[in-house]
Amino acid sequence: MMAAALLMASLTGAQAQRIKGSDTMLPLSQRAAEEFMKINPSATVTVTGGGSGVGIAALLEGTTELAQLSRKIKFDEKSKLKAKGITVKEITAAYDALAVIVHPSNKVTNLTREQLEGIFTGKIKNWKEAGGADRAIIPYSRETSSGTYEFFKESVLKNKNYMPGIMSMPATGAIIQSVSQTEGAIGYVGLAYLNREVKAIHISYNGSESFVEPSVANAKNETYPIVRPLYYYYDAAAENKVKAYIGFILSDKGQKIVSDTGFISVE
Amino acid sequence: MKRLRRIAERLAEAALTLSGSIASLAILLIIVFLFKEGLGLFGSSAVEKGYALCVHSSNPVEQLAPQQVKQIFDRELTLWSEAGGSGGEIVTFRFDELFALYSEEELGESYELIPQRLGEVIARTPGIIAFVPEEYLPYHNREVKALPAAKISPAAFFGGREWLPTATPAPQFGVLPLIMGTVWVSLFAILIALPLGLGVAIYMSELAGARTRKLLKPTIELLAGIPSVVYGFFGLAVLAPLIRQTLRLPVGETAFAGSLILAIMALPTIITIAEDAMRRTPLAMREASLALGATPWQTIYRVIVPYASSGIMAAVVLGTGRAIGETMAVLMVTGNAAVMPHSLFQPVRTIPATIAAELGEAPAGGAHYQSLFLLGCILFIITMLISASAECIASRNPGKEI
Repeated sequence: MMAAALLMASLTGAQAQRIKGSDTMLPLSQRAAEEFMKINPSATVTVTGGGSGVGIAALLEGTTELAQLSRKIKFDEKSKLKAKGITVKEITAAYDALAVIVHPSNKVTNLTREQLEGIFTGKIKNWKEAGGADRAIIPYSRETSSGTYEFFKESVLKNKNYMPGIMSMPATGAIIQSVSQTEGAIGYVGLAYLNREVKAIHISYNGSESFVEPSVANAKNETYPIVRPLYYYYDAAAENKVKAYIGFILSDKGQKIVSDTGFISVE
Repeated sequence: MKRLRRIAERLAEAALTLSGSIASLAILLIIVFLFKEGLGLFGSSAVEKGYALCVHSSNPVEQLAPQQVKQIFDRELTLWSEAGGSGGEIVTFRFDELFALYSEEELGESYELIPQRLGEVIARTPGIIAFVPEEYLPYHNREVKALPAAKISPAAFFGGREWLPTATPAPQFGVLPLIMGTVWVSLFAILIALPLGLGVAIYMSELAGARTRKLLKPTIELLAGIPSVVYGFFGLAVLAPLIRQTLRLPVGETAFAGSLILAIMALPTIITIAEDAMRRTPLAMREASLALGATPWQTIYRVIVPYASSGIMAAVVLGTGRAIGETMAVLMVTGNAAVMPHSLFQPVRTIPATIAAELGEAPAGGAHYQSLFLLGCILFIITMLISASAECIASRNPGKEI
């Protein structure tokens, strides 16, 4: 009886909330939820992944209070929610930059967006066409299910398809591993994953006027181009339930967690 | 008392029959489910569900193949004359671009003005091909012509050479590279594992001393207990760079790396089963052979191996089954590039790896989801063919008559 009553209280109480969605944001939300529960002992926050699409689906079915997305909500998702009478509110919680990486022995340091597009769509096949040594280019991509795959395709390839038969790796770690041991390799990973075993490429989105190194500072001052926002979405009608958590993530303390987990804080 | 025992026996019989039929039924249901989900792919639209392609009404194009749609949106076809129309440059238009052209107010509060705005855009661009949600199609606009959506055909599925299941607007489901990749990797895995496995099995059952066998057998059985992800790690971090350096290849994640890992993984199965089969050769048979003056070696290959041939066949089938269905290790070491394999030293993509990597995010019931189920069906048919042919070979083997 007591347990049931407690359960009811925790389900209906404003302090219980669920977060569901993007796997990219999982480390961030988990850390934030832990800290948030330390400050508010009465609150319970459960965080689950599954992918950005899963988050919106859960919001639609009412099985989550907050959906975490590593991309902007899609138009048909928005219209589905609208049809159900749910108006969503969007909060940008952090930014995530993608770095393009090559083998450390590669002489190439600068690449333009057009060159990257050529490389990943299979038009540019040899490093000498991009100012490097005479060596075949081996582009590595993430698997199609990844939000990172979609974002890179959108931002760098301008929605064109990757070349047929691109190497696709199941995880970011595998990309780092492969690029670090393959001389002709090129791949893309989240900024937080950069290490000394691979070399980050400086990128230009404006012809070849200015090449920018991927770094937190450059992502913050908006000179580095391959940056995506990470969002929380929630039902505007149920704002009271999530207000405290949203307030926490946007606070100085919350934004410190953002930086600690390798993302870029919002100003 | 006697009656009680009879009732108990009946009950046991009934229970066994029941469990047998439940198992068969479960297998049957799984197969039916697999094929039902998979075959739904044919007949579904080649353009993403809920979306349509439309062009300006002055455009003579009536139908575009999925391949053409993909090339147009990849800007590989840039002139209508190349795509079956006449002259003019192709202007691609994705629905999202509408939001860059018009403000939220111009689109209406609940987007009721979208069809009208779409009509405007299409009317003023004769070379346009627009990819838009069906519900916002400006049906009444006379300057807009919706192209009928092509269906995904079995020919395009089984004969296609491009696997781009998430491409918009026209996903490409060509499974030929995946089937070839699977067959390629498993074939070489078995070619490597079979002589090695049989060699070890013969050594262990016939030549090794009791102490060596006692040490060797658990060690080999331990190989089967290593999780496949660990094999994958080993392959990615050790085998792939090794192969790349020694063979001077541009890339180490190749079909060969996959075959090697699979061979190592299939070895314990092959060795254990083949060795058991050989050791089951009756002592009388061996002694008779030796008594006739045959050397130990002659006894092995004229008596023991033929006697154990059906067991050896079972070892091969189970080993092959392990190789073909293996997912995680292959996913990590073969590079997963969906290209037709021409050599052993290039990346390939296998069916199990594709299913494992993509099923998680494929929207349930969509074309991508169905195509993955169909891949499962293909895998099932391949393994069925292999075990059937192995049984056929085993039953024709004259060795059984010894």
